[in-house]
Amino acid sequence: MADEQHEPVNEYEREPVPAKALLGLKSYVGMFAGEHVAGTELMIGPLFLAAGVSAFDFIYGLLVGNLLAVLSWTLFTAPIAVRCRLTLYYQLEKICGRKLVTTYNLANGVMFTILAGAMMTVSATALGVYFKFSMPQLTDTLPTSLGWVVAVLVTGALFSVVAAYGYRFVARFANIAAPWMVLVFVAFGIIGLREMGLTSVQDFWHVASTVIWKGGDPMPGQIKFTFWHVMFFAWFCNMAWHIGMADLSIFRFAKKSWYGVAAAAGMYIGHFMAWIAASTLYAIQLKHDPANTAVLPGPLAYQACGLTGLLCVIAAGWTTANPTLYRAGLAFQALRPGSSRFKVTLLTGLIASVTAVFPLVTMRLLDFVALWGMILMPLGAVIFVDFWLLPKLGLRSNFAAVTGRTFNWAAGAAWLVSVAVSSLLVLKGGVQIYFVSLPGWFVTALLYIGLSKLMQKNVPALPAQPGNGP
Amino acid sequence: MKKRIAQLLSALALVGTIIPPCLFFAGTLTLAALQPWMLGAALLWFAATPLWMEHKTTD
Repeated sequence: MADEQHEPVNEYEREPVPAKALLGLKSYVGMFAGEHVAGTELMIGPLFLAAGVSAFDFIYGLLVGNLLAVLSWTLFTAPIAVRCRLTLYYQLEKICGRKLVTTYNLANGVMFTILAGAMMTVSATALGVYFKFSMPQLTDTLPTSLGWVVAVLVTGALFSVVAAYGYRFVARFANIAAPWMVLVFVAFGIIGLREMGLTSVQDFWHVASTVIWKGGDPMPGQIKFTFWHVMFFAWFCNMAWHIGMADLSIFRFAKKSWYGVAAAAGMYIGHFMAWIAASTLYAIQLKHDPANTAVLPGPLAYQACGLTGLLCVIAAGWTTANPTLYRAGLAFQALRPGSSRFKVTLLTGLIASVTAVFPLVTMRLLDFVALWGMILMPLGAVIFVDFWLLPKLGLRSNFAAVTGRTFNWAAGAAWLVSVAVSSLLVLKGGVQIYFVSLPGWFVTALLYIGLSKLMQKNVPALPAQPGNGP
Repeated sequence: MKKRIAQLLSALALVGTIIPPCLFFAGTLTLAALQPWMLGAALLWFAATPLWMEHKTTD
Protein backbone atom coordinates (compact mmCIF):
# COMPACT_ATOMS: atom_id res chain seq x y z
CA MET A 1 0.00 0.00 0.00
CA ALA A 2 0.59 2.43 1.12
CA ASP A 3 1.96 2.25 1.05
CA GLU A 4 2.76 4.37 0.35
CA GLN A 5 6.49 4.19 0.88
CA HIS A 6 8.27 7.07 -0.64
CA GLU A 7 11.70 7.73 0.71
CA PRO A 8 11.87 10.80 2.90
CA VAL A 9 13.35 13.73 1.08
CA ASN A 10 15.10 16.19 3.32
CA GLU A 11 16.78 18.47 0.82
CA TYR A 12 15.57 21.95 -0.08
CA GLU A 13 13.11 21.91 2.81
CA ARG A 14 12.47 25.64 2.81
CA GLU A 15 13.28 26.63 -0.76
CA PRO A 16 12.13 25.58 -4.24
CA VAL A 17 14.04 22.67 -5.74
CA PRO A 18 16.64 24.08 -8.17
CA ALA A 19 16.84 22.96 -11.81
CA LYS A 20 20.05 21.01 -11.20
CA ALA A 21 18.26 18.66 -8.76
CA LEU A 22 15.35 17.70 -11.02
CA LEU A 23 14.67 14.02 -11.74
CA GLY A 24 13.56 12.23 -14.90
CA LEU A 25 10.57 9.96 -15.50
CA LYS A 26 12.61 6.79 -14.95
CA SER A 27 13.31 7.73 -11.32
CA TYR A 28 9.58 8.00 -10.63
CA VAL A 29 8.67 4.76 -12.39
CA GLY A 30 11.28 2.90 -10.31
CA MET A 31 10.23 4.63 -7.09
CA PHE A 32 6.53 3.80 -7.48
CA ALA A 33 7.09 0.28 -8.83
CA GLY A 34 9.36 -0.65 -5.94
CA GLU A 35 7.46 1.01 -3.15
CA HIS A 36 3.90 -0.14 -3.64
CA VAL A 37 4.57 -3.84 -3.12
CA ALA A 38 4.34 -3.66 0.66
CA GLY A 39 3.64 -6.08 3.46
CA THR A 40 0.14 -4.70 3.81
CA GLU A 41 -0.78 -5.88 0.27
CA LEU A 42 -0.82 -9.39 1.75
CA MET A 43 -3.53 -8.26 4.19
CA ILE A 44 -5.54 -6.12 1.80
CA GLY A 45 -5.91 -8.70 -1.00
CA PRO A 46 -7.54 -11.37 1.21
CA LEU A 47 -9.83 -8.80 2.86
CA PHE A 48 -11.52 -8.19 -0.51
CA LEU A 49 -12.37 -11.87 -0.68
CA ALA A 50 -13.59 -11.78 2.92
CA ALA A 51 -15.86 -8.91 1.86
CA GLY A 52 -17.67 -11.20 -0.60
CA VAL A 53 -16.53 -9.40 -3.75
CA SER A 54 -17.35 -10.84 -7.18
CA ALA A 55 -14.73 -11.28 -9.91
CA PHE A 56 -16.19 -8.53 -12.12
CA ASP A 57 -16.44 -6.04 -9.25
CA PHE A 58 -12.93 -6.87 -8.04
CA ILE A 59 -11.02 -6.81 -11.33
CA TYR A 60 -12.83 -3.90 -12.96
CA GLY A 61 -13.10 -1.98 -9.70
CA LEU A 62 -9.34 -2.21 -9.31
CA LEU A 63 -8.71 -1.25 -12.94
CA VAL A 64 -10.86 1.87 -12.73
CA GLY A 65 -9.94 2.84 -9.16
CA ASN A 66 -6.22 2.59 -9.83
CA LEU A 67 -6.65 4.64 -13.02
CA LEU A 68 -8.38 7.35 -10.98
CA ALA A 69 -5.53 7.25 -8.46
CA VAL A 70 -2.96 7.71 -11.24
CA LEU A 71 -4.99 10.59 -12.67
CA SER A 72 -5.18 12.16 -9.19
CA TRP A 73 -1.39 12.15 -8.92
CA THR A 74 -1.06 13.46 -12.47
CA LEU A 75 -3.75 16.15 -12.40
CA PHE A 76 -3.90 17.19 -8.71
CA THR A 77 -0.51 16.66 -7.10
CA ALA A 78 2.15 16.94 -9.78
CA PRO A 79 0.97 20.20 -11.44
CA ILE A 80 1.17 22.11 -8.15
CA ALA A 81 4.39 20.34 -7.17
CA VAL A 82 6.28 21.35 -10.33
CA ARG A 83 4.98 24.93 -10.20
CA CYS A 84 5.92 25.56 -6.55
CA ARG A 85 8.62 22.92 -6.03
CA LEU A 86 8.10 23.03 -2.26
CA THR A 87 7.62 20.31 0.34
CA LEU A 88 4.10 19.66 1.54
CA TYR A 89 5.04 20.98 4.96
CA TYR A 90 6.46 24.26 3.70
CA GLN A 91 3.57 24.75 1.29
CA LEU A 92 1.11 24.12 4.13
CA GLU A 93 3.02 26.41 6.46
CA LYS A 94 2.75 29.26 3.95
CA ILE A 95 -1.00 28.72 3.61
CA CYS A 96 -2.00 27.60 7.09
CA GLY A 97 0.69 28.86 9.44
CA ARG A 98 3.09 26.94 11.64
CA LYS A 99 0.57 26.01 14.36
CA LEU A 100 -1.85 24.36 11.96
CA VAL A 101 0.99 22.47 10.29
CA THR A 102 1.94 21.20 13.74
CA THR A 103 -1.58 19.78 14.14
CA TYR A 104 -1.28 18.17 10.71
CA ASN A 105 2.06 16.64 11.73
CA LEU A 106 0.50 15.19 14.86
CA ALA A 107 -2.38 13.59 12.92
CA ASN A 108 0.02 12.30 10.25
CA GLY A 109 2.41 10.91 12.86
CA VAL A 110 -0.37 9.01 14.64
CA MET A 111 -1.56 7.46 11.36
CA PHE A 112 1.97 6.49 10.29
CA THR A 113 2.54 4.90 13.72
CA ILE A 114 -0.59 2.76 13.45
CA LEU A 115 0.29 1.75 9.88
CA ALA A 116 3.80 0.75 10.98
CA GLY A 117 2.12 -1.37 13.66
CA ALA A 118 0.08 -3.14 10.97
CA MET A 119 3.29 -3.90 9.08
CA MET A 120 4.84 -5.37 12.22
CA THR A 121 1.74 -7.55 12.60
CA VAL A 122 2.20 -8.81 9.03
CA SER A 123 5.81 -9.82 9.67
CA ALA A 124 4.96 -11.42 13.02
CA THR A 125 2.55 -13.79 11.29
CA ALA A 126 5.59 -15.35 9.59
CA LEU A 127 6.99 -16.24 13.02
CA GLY A 128 3.70 -17.94 13.88
CA VAL A 129 4.26 -20.48 11.11
CA TYR A 130 7.53 -21.56 12.69
CA PHE A 131 6.70 -21.31 16.40
CA LYS A 132 3.09 -22.45 15.98
CA PHE A 133 1.48 -20.13 18.54
CA SER A 134 -2.17 -19.19 18.24
CA MET A 135 -2.72 -16.19 15.94
CA PRO A 136 -5.72 -13.82 15.68
CA GLN A 137 -8.74 -14.68 13.57
CA LEU A 138 -10.54 -12.29 11.25
CA THR A 139 -12.97 -11.12 13.93
CA ASP A 140 -10.47 -10.87 16.80
CA THR A 141 -9.73 -7.50 18.32
CA LEU A 142 -7.57 -8.66 21.23
CA PRO A 143 -4.37 -10.76 21.23
CA THR A 144 -5.06 -14.47 21.27
CA SER A 145 -1.94 -15.93 22.90
CA LEU A 146 1.16 -15.03 24.82
CA GLY A 147 3.25 -16.30 21.91
CA TRP A 148 1.54 -13.78 19.62
CA VAL A 149 2.21 -10.90 22.04
CA VAL A 150 5.87 -11.86 22.41
CA ALA A 151 6.35 -12.35 18.65
CA VAL A 152 4.82 -8.97 17.81
CA LEU A 153 6.73 -7.12 20.53
CA VAL A 154 10.05 -8.72 19.55
CA THR A 155 9.41 -8.00 15.86
CA GLY A 156 8.36 -4.44 16.67
CA ALA A 157 11.34 -3.81 18.94
CA LEU A 158 13.76 -5.09 16.27
CA PHE A 159 12.12 -2.97 13.56
CA SER A 160 12.20 0.08 15.85
CA VAL A 161 15.85 -0.23 16.78
CA VAL A 162 16.83 -0.74 13.15
CA ALA A 163 14.69 2.20 11.99
CA ALA A 164 16.26 4.42 14.64
CA TYR A 165 19.83 3.26 14.04
CA GLY A 166 20.02 2.11 10.49
CA TYR A 167 17.40 3.69 8.27
CA ARG A 168 19.83 3.78 5.37
CA PHE A 169 20.75 0.11 5.72
CA VAL A 170 17.13 -1.00 5.47
CA ALA A 171 16.48 1.47 2.67
CA ARG A 172 19.31 -0.19 0.74
CA PHE A 173 17.95 -3.64 1.59
CA ALA A 174 14.51 -2.50 0.38
CA ASN A 175 15.98 -1.42 -2.96
CA ILE A 176 17.70 -4.77 -3.38
CA ALA A 177 14.67 -6.80 -2.31
CA ALA A 178 12.10 -4.94 -4.46
CA PRO A 179 12.55 -6.73 -7.85
CA TRP A 180 12.63 -10.14 -6.13
CA MET A 181 9.56 -9.35 -4.02
CA VAL A 182 7.59 -8.32 -7.12
CA LEU A 183 8.38 -11.69 -8.72
CA VAL A 184 7.47 -13.59 -5.55
CA PHE A 185 4.07 -11.84 -5.63
CA VAL A 186 3.71 -12.89 -9.28
CA ALA A 187 4.59 -16.43 -8.13
CA PHE A 188 1.88 -16.22 -5.43
CA GLY A 189 -0.63 -15.37 -8.14
CA ILE A 190 0.46 -18.11 -10.55
CA ILE A 191 0.48 -20.76 -7.81
CA GLY A 192 -2.80 -19.49 -6.36
CA LEU A 193 -4.61 -19.57 -9.70
CA ARG A 194 -3.29 -23.07 -10.49
CA GLU A 195 -4.29 -24.34 -7.06
CA MET A 196 -7.77 -22.95 -7.63
CA GLY A 197 -8.10 -25.04 -10.77
CA LEU A 198 -6.91 -22.75 -13.56
CA THR A 199 -5.02 -24.75 -16.18
CA SER A 200 -5.09 -22.39 -19.14
CA VAL A 201 -5.17 -18.63 -19.47
CA GLN A 202 -8.35 -18.79 -21.56
CA ASP A 203 -10.24 -20.21 -18.56
CA PHE A 204 -9.23 -17.34 -16.28
CA TRP A 205 -12.56 -15.57 -16.23
CA HIS A 206 -14.53 -18.74 -15.70
CA VAL A 207 -12.36 -19.86 -12.74
CA ALA A 208 -12.15 -16.35 -11.32
CA SER A 209 -15.91 -15.80 -11.30
CA THR A 210 -17.07 -19.28 -10.31
CA VAL A 211 -14.33 -20.52 -7.98
CA ILE A 212 -12.30 -17.63 -6.54
CA TRP A 213 -14.28 -14.37 -6.35
CA LYS A 214 -17.77 -15.84 -6.36
CA GLY A 215 -19.50 -12.90 -4.72
CA GLY A 216 -22.20 -13.66 -2.19
CA ASP A 217 -22.34 -12.74 1.46
CA PRO A 218 -19.32 -11.26 3.24
CA MET A 219 -17.73 -13.05 6.16
CA PRO A 220 -18.89 -12.18 9.68
CA GLY A 221 -17.83 -8.68 10.71
CA GLN A 222 -17.04 -7.62 7.13
CA ILE A 223 -18.94 -5.23 4.85
CA LYS A 224 -20.17 -6.49 1.47
CA PHE A 225 -17.99 -5.03 -1.28
CA THR A 226 -19.41 -4.03 -4.67
CA PHE A 227 -17.72 -2.51 -7.72
CA TRP A 228 -18.08 0.92 -6.12
CA HIS A 229 -16.42 -0.15 -2.87
CA VAL A 230 -13.46 -1.62 -4.75
CA MET A 231 -13.18 1.36 -7.07
CA PHE A 232 -13.32 3.96 -4.31
CA PHE A 233 -10.96 1.94 -2.09
CA ALA A 234 -8.36 1.59 -4.87
CA TRP A 235 -8.71 5.28 -5.69
CA PHE A 236 -8.59 6.57 -2.14
CA CYS A 237 -6.26 4.16 -0.33
CA ASN A 238 -3.39 6.53 -1.11
CA MET A 239 -5.61 9.59 -0.86
CA ALA A 240 -3.40 11.32 1.70
CA TRP A 241 -0.61 11.13 -0.87
CA HIS A 242 -2.33 12.30 -4.06
CA ILE A 243 -5.47 14.34 -3.38
CA GLY A 244 -4.15 15.00 0.14
CA MET A 245 -0.98 16.36 -1.53
CA ALA A 246 1.63 14.60 0.64
CA ASP A 247 3.48 13.72 -2.56
CA LEU A 248 4.13 17.38 -3.32
CA SER A 249 7.39 16.59 -1.50
CA ILE A 250 8.17 13.87 -4.06
CA PHE A 251 6.98 15.47 -7.29
CA ARG A 252 8.68 18.81 -6.59
CA PHE A 253 11.76 17.12 -8.11
CA ALA A 254 9.92 16.15 -11.34
CA LYS A 255 10.97 17.83 -14.59
CA LYS A 256 7.40 17.66 -15.93
CA SER A 257 4.03 17.45 -14.25
CA TRP A 258 2.91 14.55 -16.46
CA TYR A 259 5.46 12.37 -14.63
CA GLY A 260 2.54 11.72 -12.30
CA VAL A 261 1.64 8.92 -14.72
CA ALA A 262 4.60 7.02 -13.23
CA ALA A 263 2.27 6.19 -10.35
CA ALA A 264 0.71 3.63 -12.72
CA ALA A 265 3.77 1.41 -12.17
CA GLY A 266 3.03 1.25 -8.46
CA MET A 267 -0.73 1.00 -8.78
CA TYR A 268 -0.88 -1.77 -11.36
CA ILE A 269 1.95 -3.83 -9.83
CA GLY A 270 1.19 -3.26 -6.14
CA HIS A 271 -2.50 -2.45 -6.00
CA PHE A 272 -3.65 -4.65 -8.86
CA MET A 273 -1.34 -7.63 -9.40
CA ALA A 274 -0.25 -7.98 -5.75
CA TRP A 275 -3.80 -7.64 -4.35
CA ILE A 276 -5.11 -10.21 -6.83
CA ALA A 277 -2.21 -12.57 -6.01
CA ALA A 278 -2.69 -12.21 -2.24
CA SER A 279 -6.42 -12.72 -2.68
CA THR A 280 -5.86 -16.03 -4.51
CA LEU A 281 -3.66 -17.25 -1.63
CA TYR A 282 -6.59 -16.68 0.71
CA ALA A 283 -8.86 -18.52 -1.73
CA ILE A 284 -6.57 -21.58 -1.50
CA GLN A 285 -6.78 -21.51 2.30
CA LEU A 286 -10.59 -21.35 2.18
CA LYS A 287 -10.66 -24.16 -0.37
CA HIS A 288 -8.62 -26.41 1.93
CA ASP A 289 -10.48 -25.41 5.09
CA PRO A 290 -13.60 -23.24 4.68
CA ALA A 291 -13.72 -22.74 8.46
CA ASN A 292 -10.26 -21.18 8.51
CA THR A 293 -11.08 -17.53 7.73
CA ALA A 294 -7.99 -16.06 9.42
CA VAL A 295 -6.16 -13.50 7.28
CA LEU A 296 -2.55 -14.21 8.23
CA PRO A 297 0.06 -13.40 5.57
CA GLY A 298 2.68 -15.77 7.02
CA PRO A 299 0.66 -18.99 6.70
CA LEU A 300 -0.88 -17.79 3.41
CA ALA A 301 2.52 -17.24 1.82
CA TYR A 302 4.02 -20.41 3.34
CA GLN A 303 1.36 -22.69 1.89
CA ALA A 304 2.29 -21.50 -1.60
CA CYS A 305 6.01 -20.84 -1.61
CA GLY A 306 7.35 -22.38 1.60
CA LEU A 307 10.30 -20.58 3.20
CA THR A 308 10.54 -18.17 0.26
CA GLY A 309 7.01 -17.05 1.06
CA LEU A 310 7.93 -16.43 4.69
CA LEU A 311 11.05 -14.51 3.63
CA CYS A 312 8.88 -12.37 1.38
CA VAL A 313 6.41 -11.65 4.20
CA ILE A 314 9.18 -10.62 6.59
CA ALA A 315 10.99 -8.56 3.96
CA ALA A 316 7.79 -6.87 2.76
CA GLY A 317 6.78 -5.96 6.32
CA TRP A 318 10.23 -4.88 7.40
CA THR A 319 11.14 -2.78 4.37
CA THR A 320 7.86 -0.90 4.49
CA ALA A 321 7.68 -0.51 8.28
CA ASN A 322 11.13 1.07 8.22
CA PRO A 323 10.35 4.23 6.23
CA THR A 324 6.90 4.39 7.83
CA LEU A 325 8.45 4.53 11.29
CA TYR A 326 11.00 7.02 10.03
CA ARG A 327 8.25 9.29 8.71
CA ALA A 328 6.22 8.97 11.90
CA GLY A 329 9.35 9.89 13.84
CA LEU A 330 9.97 12.92 11.62
CA ALA A 331 6.36 14.07 12.03
CA PHE A 332 6.56 13.83 15.83
CA GLN A 333 10.03 15.33 15.91
CA ALA A 334 8.67 18.38 14.09
CA LEU A 335 6.48 19.01 17.16
CA ARG A 336 9.68 19.48 19.21
CA PRO A 337 12.39 20.36 16.71
CA GLY A 338 15.22 20.09 19.27
CA SER A 339 14.45 16.49 20.23
CA SER A 340 16.61 13.56 19.17
CA ARG A 341 15.34 11.81 16.03
CA PHE A 342 16.82 8.57 17.31
CA LYS A 343 14.86 8.68 20.56
CA VAL A 344 11.66 9.87 18.88
CA THR A 345 11.83 7.09 16.26
CA LEU A 346 12.56 4.49 18.91
CA LEU A 347 9.67 5.65 21.09
CA THR A 348 7.35 5.80 18.06
CA GLY A 349 8.37 2.25 17.15
CA LEU A 350 7.65 0.97 20.61
CA ILE A 351 4.20 2.58 20.59
CA ALA A 352 3.58 1.05 17.15
CA SER A 353 4.64 -2.34 18.55
CA VAL A 354 2.07 -2.07 21.32
CA THR A 355 -0.69 -1.15 18.82
CA ALA A 356 0.43 -4.11 16.66
CA VAL A 357 -0.33 -6.55 19.47
CA PHE A 358 -4.04 -5.76 19.01
CA PRO A 359 -5.23 -7.18 15.68
CA LEU A 360 -8.15 -4.73 15.46
CA VAL A 361 -6.42 -2.34 13.05
CA THR A 362 -4.84 -5.05 10.90
CA MET A 363 -8.05 -7.04 10.53
CA ARG A 364 -9.89 -3.81 9.68
CA LEU A 365 -7.09 -2.44 7.51
CA LEU A 366 -9.45 -1.43 4.68
CA ASP A 367 -11.38 0.80 7.10
CA PHE A 368 -8.21 2.23 8.63
CA VAL A 369 -6.77 3.20 5.24
CA ALA A 370 -10.05 4.87 4.28
CA LEU A 371 -10.07 6.72 7.62
CA TRP A 372 -6.53 7.97 7.00
CA GLY A 373 -7.57 9.46 3.67
CA MET A 374 -10.68 11.02 5.20
CA ILE A 375 -8.70 12.76 7.96
CA LEU A 376 -5.77 14.10 5.92
CA MET A 377 -7.45 14.76 2.56
CA PRO A 378 -9.02 18.13 3.55
CA LEU A 379 -5.68 19.91 3.71
CA GLY A 380 -5.02 18.73 0.15
CA ALA A 381 -8.29 20.40 -0.85
CA VAL A 382 -7.11 23.56 0.93
CA ILE A 383 -3.84 23.54 -1.04
CA PHE A 384 -5.70 22.93 -4.33
CA VAL A 385 -8.14 25.79 -3.73
CA ASP A 386 -5.45 28.10 -2.40
CA PHE A 387 -3.26 27.56 -5.45
CA TRP A 388 -5.78 27.49 -8.30
CA LEU A 389 -8.98 29.21 -7.16
CA LEU A 390 -8.28 31.93 -4.59
CA PRO A 391 -6.28 34.16 -6.97
CA LYS A 392 -9.09 33.88 -9.56
CA LEU A 393 -11.59 34.96 -6.90
CA GLY A 394 -9.53 38.01 -5.98
CA LEU A 395 -8.31 36.45 -2.72
CA ARG A 396 -4.76 36.04 -1.49
CA SER A 397 -2.98 32.71 -1.62
CA ASN A 398 -0.45 31.73 1.06
CA PHE A 399 -2.36 33.83 3.56
CA ALA A 400 -0.30 32.87 6.61
CA ALA A 401 2.97 33.80 4.90
CA VAL A 402 1.53 37.04 3.51
CA THR A 403 0.10 38.19 6.84
CA GLY A 404 2.59 36.61 9.23
CA ARG A 405 -0.09 34.52 10.96
CA THR A 406 0.70 31.23 12.65
CA PHE A 407 -2.83 29.82 12.34
CA ASN A 408 -5.07 30.27 9.30
CA TRP A 409 -8.43 29.68 10.93
CA ALA A 410 -10.22 29.45 7.56
CA ALA A 411 -8.12 26.40 6.68
CA GLY A 412 -8.34 25.00 10.21
CA ALA A 413 -12.13 25.37 10.36
CA ALA A 414 -12.56 23.90 6.85
CA TRP A 415 -10.48 20.88 7.90
CA LEU A 416 -12.27 20.38 11.19
CA VAL A 417 -15.78 20.80 9.76
CA SER A 418 -15.00 18.51 6.82
CA VAL A 419 -13.80 15.73 9.13
CA ALA A 420 -16.78 16.32 11.43
CA VAL A 421 -19.28 16.19 8.52
CA SER A 422 -17.63 13.07 7.09
CA SER A 423 -17.62 11.37 10.51
CA LEU A 424 -21.27 12.28 11.03
CA LEU A 425 -22.18 10.85 7.62
CA VAL A 426 -20.43 7.59 8.55
CA LEU A 427 -21.69 7.32 12.12
CA LYS A 428 -25.24 8.66 11.76
CA GLY A 429 -25.95 8.97 8.05
CA GLY A 430 -25.32 5.37 7.09
CA VAL A 431 -22.70 6.33 4.50
CA GLN A 432 -19.81 3.86 4.42
CA ILE A 433 -16.36 5.28 5.10
CA TYR A 434 -15.11 4.40 1.60
CA PHE A 435 -17.42 6.98 0.05
CA VAL A 436 -17.32 10.02 2.33
CA SER A 437 -14.00 11.48 1.22
CA LEU A 438 -15.34 12.57 -2.16
CA PRO A 439 -18.13 14.80 -0.75
CA GLY A 440 -15.67 15.72 2.03
CA TRP A 441 -13.33 17.24 -0.56
CA PHE A 442 -16.06 19.50 -1.92
CA VAL A 443 -17.21 20.47 1.58
CA THR A 444 -13.65 21.51 2.44
CA ALA A 445 -13.16 23.42 -0.81
CA LEU A 446 -16.40 25.40 -0.49
CA LEU A 447 -15.84 26.13 3.18
CA TYR A 448 -12.28 27.28 2.61
CA ILE A 449 -13.38 29.66 -0.14
CA GLY A 450 -16.23 31.07 1.96
CA LEU A 451 -14.21 31.40 5.15
CA SER A 452 -11.25 32.91 3.28
CA LYS A 453 -13.56 35.62 1.94
CA LEU A 454 -14.62 36.40 5.49
CA MET A 455 -11.11 36.22 6.91
CA GLN A 456 -9.41 38.29 4.26
CA LYS A 457 -11.70 41.28 4.67
CA ASN A 458 -9.76 44.30 5.94
CA VAL A 459 -6.62 42.32 6.71
CA PRO A 460 -3.50 44.23 5.75
CA ALA A 461 -0.76 42.21 4.10
CA LEU A 462 2.84 42.21 5.25
CA PRO A 463 5.32 44.01 3.00
CA ALA A 464 6.19 41.76 0.08
CA GLN A 465 9.01 39.32 0.83
CA PRO A 466 10.65 36.72 -1.35
CA GLY A 467 8.77 33.47 -1.14
CA ASN A 468 5.51 34.94 0.08
CA GLY A 469 3.78 34.88 -3.28
CA PRO A 470 1.74 32.04 -4.71
CA MET B 1 34.00 -8.39 -14.94
CA LYS B 2 33.07 -9.21 -11.33
CA LYS B 3 30.10 -6.88 -11.61
CA ARG B 4 28.98 -8.55 -14.86
CA ILE B 5 29.12 -11.98 -13.24
CA ALA B 6 27.11 -10.72 -10.25
CA GLN B 7 24.51 -9.22 -12.61
CA LEU B 8 24.30 -12.49 -14.49
CA LEU B 9 23.76 -14.40 -11.23
CA SER B 10 21.03 -11.92 -10.21
CA ALA B 11 19.31 -12.43 -13.54
CA LEU B 12 19.53 -16.19 -13.06
CA ALA B 13 18.05 -15.77 -9.57
CA LEU B 14 15.05 -13.89 -10.98
CA VAL B 15 14.58 -16.58 -13.62
CA GLY B 16 14.86 -19.18 -10.86
CA THR B 17 12.16 -17.34 -8.90
CA ILE B 18 9.59 -17.25 -11.66
CA ILE B 19 10.22 -20.37 -13.74
CA PRO B 20 9.32 -22.94 -11.03
CA PRO B 21 5.81 -21.44 -10.50
CA CYS B 22 5.34 -21.42 -14.29
CA LEU B 23 6.34 -25.10 -14.42
CA PHE B 24 3.93 -25.79 -11.57
CA PHE B 25 1.20 -24.02 -13.55
CA ALA B 26 2.06 -26.17 -16.57
CA GLY B 27 1.80 -29.27 -14.40
CA THR B 28 5.43 -30.36 -14.78
CA LEU B 29 6.56 -29.55 -11.23
CA THR B 30 4.88 -30.25 -7.89
CA LEU B 31 4.37 -27.62 -5.21
CA ALA B 32 6.80 -29.42 -2.91
CA ALA B 33 9.43 -29.53 -5.67
CA LEU B 34 9.21 -25.86 -6.60
CA GLN B 35 9.84 -24.55 -3.10
CA PRO B 36 13.56 -25.49 -2.79
CA TRP B 37 14.18 -23.95 -6.23
CA MET B 38 12.57 -20.71 -5.18
CA LEU B 39 14.51 -20.66 -1.91
CA GLY B 40 17.78 -21.26 -3.74
CA ALA B 41 16.94 -18.46 -6.15
CA ALA B 42 16.17 -16.12 -3.23
CA LEU B 43 19.51 -16.86 -1.57
CA LEU B 44 21.32 -16.33 -4.88
CA TRP B 45 19.52 -13.01 -5.41
CA PHE B 46 20.47 -11.64 -2.00
CA ALA B 47 24.05 -12.86 -2.35
CA ALA B 48 24.67 -11.49 -5.84
CA THR B 49 22.60 -8.30 -6.09
CA PRO B 50 24.30 -6.21 -3.36
CA LEU B 51 27.54 -6.64 -5.32
CA TRP B 52 26.30 -4.53 -8.21
CA MET B 53 23.07 -2.68 -7.36
CA GLU B 54 23.71 0.95 -6.57
CA HIS B 55 21.68 2.64 -3.90
CA LYS B 56 20.46 6.08 -4.82
CA THR B 57 19.00 8.13 -2.01
CA THR B 58 17.80 11.67 -1.89
CA ASP B 59 17.60 11.55 1.88
